[in-house]
Amino acid sequence: MINKILGTVVKALVLFGLMISPVAMADTISLGAAVSLSGKYSTAGNHTKKGYDLAVKYINSMGGVSVGGKMYDLEIIYYDDESTPARVASLAERLILRDGVSFMLGPYSSGLTKAIAPVTEKHGVPMVEANGASRSLFNQGYRYMFAVLSTSEQYLQEAVNLIAAYAGKPASEITVALAMENDPFSQDIRAGVIDDVKRHGMKIVIDDKLPRDLSDMTSTLVKVKALKPDLLVLSGHSKGAALVVRQMNDLGVSVKMLAITHCESAKLHDKEKFGNLADYVLCAAQWAPSVTSEGAMFGSASNYSQIFVDEYGYVPPYQAAESTAAVLVMADAFTRAGSLDKDAVRDALATTDMSTFYGDIRFSEAGNNIAKPMLLRQLIDGEYYVVAPSNVATTNLVYPRL
Amino acid sequence: MITYLKILIESPEFLAQLLISGMLIGAIFALIAYGLALILGVMNIINFAQGELVIFGGYLTYTLFYQFGIDPILTIPIVAIALYAFGWTIYKTVIYRLLGQRDIFITILATFGIAILMQQLMQAIFGPDVVTANPELGMQFLFDRKIIIPNIQIISFLISLCVGAVLFIVMRYSRFGQAIRATAQNSRAARILGIDIDKVYASTFAINAALCGIGGSLVVMIWTIHPFVGLVYTFRSFMIVILAGLGNFVGIIFAGMGISSLENVIGFIIGAEFQAAFIFCLLVIILIVRSAIARKKREYLE
Repeated sequence: MINKILGTVVKALVLFGLMISPVAMADTISLGAAVSLSGKYSTAGNHTKKGYDLAVKYINSMGGVSVGGKMYDLEIIYYDDESTPARVASLAERLILRDGVSFMLGPYSSGLTKAIAPVTEKHGVPMVEANGASRSLFNQGYRYMFAVLSTSEQYLQEAVNLIAAYAGKPASEITVALAMENDPFSQDIRAGVIDDVKRHGMKIVIDDKLPRDLSDMTSTLVKVKALKPDLLVLSGHSKGAALVVRQMNDLGVSVKMLAITHCESAKLHDKEKFGNLADYVLCAAQWAPSVTSEGAMFGSASNYSQIFVDEYGYVPPYQAAESTAAVLVMADAFTRAGSLDKDAVRDALATTDMSTFYGDIRFSEAGNNIAKPMLLRQLIDGEYYVVAPSNVATTNLVYPRL
Repeated sequence: MITYLKILIESPEFLAQLLISGMLIGAIFALIAYGLALILGVMNIINFAQGELVIFGGYLTYTLFYQFGIDPILTIPIVAIALYAFGWTIYKTVIYRLLGQRDIFITILATFGIAILMQQLMQAIFGPDVVTANPELGMQFLFDRKIIIPNIQIISFLISLCVGAVLFIVMRYSRFGQAIRATAQNSRAARILGIDIDKVYASTFAINAALCGIGGSLVVMIWTIHPFVGLVYTFRSFMIVILAGLGNFVGIIFAGMGISSLENVIGFIIGAEFQAAFIFCLLVIILIVRSAIARKKREYLE
């Protein structure tokens, strides 16, 4: 009996909701996003959310998005995916089927993007993602997924070119050590680095795969000490970054060049925590506030950085910047499509050609951004300076590191 | 692989470095494993939250160091007391309900639940970042700087041994230790003879938490921690206990040091990705050999 009454009440509420929702939502476009607000990716997930939020706030403050001569505000419906792939896929279903969103923004990390893409693809929902760089995302033939960032095999390739230029000896005598976590992202980076090492004709002397639950790197680092490679390339998220600078010091290991990922999220620049241990490390970055790119929204990169600092009180990491860029791309596609039809927006996305504060954005057939290079920054006295590629470098590389 | 083996043979200082590092840090794992063995032996509970207790201890040291400026080494007693109280609370809220459960899965589920809860709470309180508390104590250079041992590893080795020794003496000679051992042997008989076994259980679990806390303080000083790395320490203490057996304190120390040293050498020779796999294979072999020996001896209960 009670169930029946409850059922009726729920039905009434749903009907009521259906009746009012088209009216209330009339000049708002809802984007759906499942981001990691808890779990292991929550630091980066929060950067992602702030990047999205800032873009929406900025666009709305400029009057919104013009679609077919009518102005729309943007809003984002968020869910916390708890950093788990199973959760993110079910939340995507929920966003599309229950909340009725027709357009999605990506989650954080390649793994979660990989989990969500089949769902958005199945429903034909265009998704612009900003935080899934694994190249395995772009050989599945996805039609509705577009990524504003550089793919992961490019992350540390520039370090190989740098050591070739700076080592002061023929490439065949240059030795390279690899320590890459056993996850898709780091293994992509490894593949990219190996391609470049082979192209230069250098020698790989160590090729370790770090366990996912990395807690100690003694064996790998003693190997580095024994073989003295010119370049050590390491990717193991923030735990790998923090551990390598800490343990290299403890074991008295030094290399002439050390290139890693995730310096910012490991807070290697924090002198209180790491002292001088992380000096002259090379860090891969998708974007930096000092790059020279600019666009119609937010103006220059440094201008974006300033707006972000005013809003959130800290310098935007690239995870936030690329997330903002994803919203800009989506808004641009709405305007060019001139309608809110999913397929029209998808086709507009495919022909995107934008200059933004984050860099140029043009998508390949597979959906990845082919117009923006990856940056390499060197950590000098607690600050990051862009040292490669040479056309955007602001500072000369300090070499050798030692 | 052969190149790496050659290096170890030609330059024994690298082998020595791997073995010494492994032995020094192995003592910390032995400490954590001893706590696990203690509650497994006394209460028959497998604690899946062991690693989370370790990480919690690490975060306390980190916080006391950065927020209150206390030297990380000096935080160890504070952390031990705090974790003792924390362990007592967990016992009084959750663990005592699991005693006498015939189904081992219920205890595993419950302690696993505690582990997940602790992970999320630590993330909420301390943030998800990777942290380390470097006490900057310098290092020892042995054999013409060929072997480098950070002083903190030596200190933590000594601390682990001291704590272990104190515990060993308490268990062997004090009244309280006798009560714990009596409860482990036969809890009903112990209760009939006037031992407050609920209190024994509570303090056993609290002692385990304190041991984990001390281990965690040392871990955050030597490596790095983040809220989700606890499982590494749970599994490793498990392995040590399986290798050494319950209630065998000396065995646990040697198993702890042996596994860590071996792991370093294996990681050097065949690569870091096979470290864990190799140790697990070894474990399987040891278990098979053991059960074969046990079958030969055919013992029965009188």
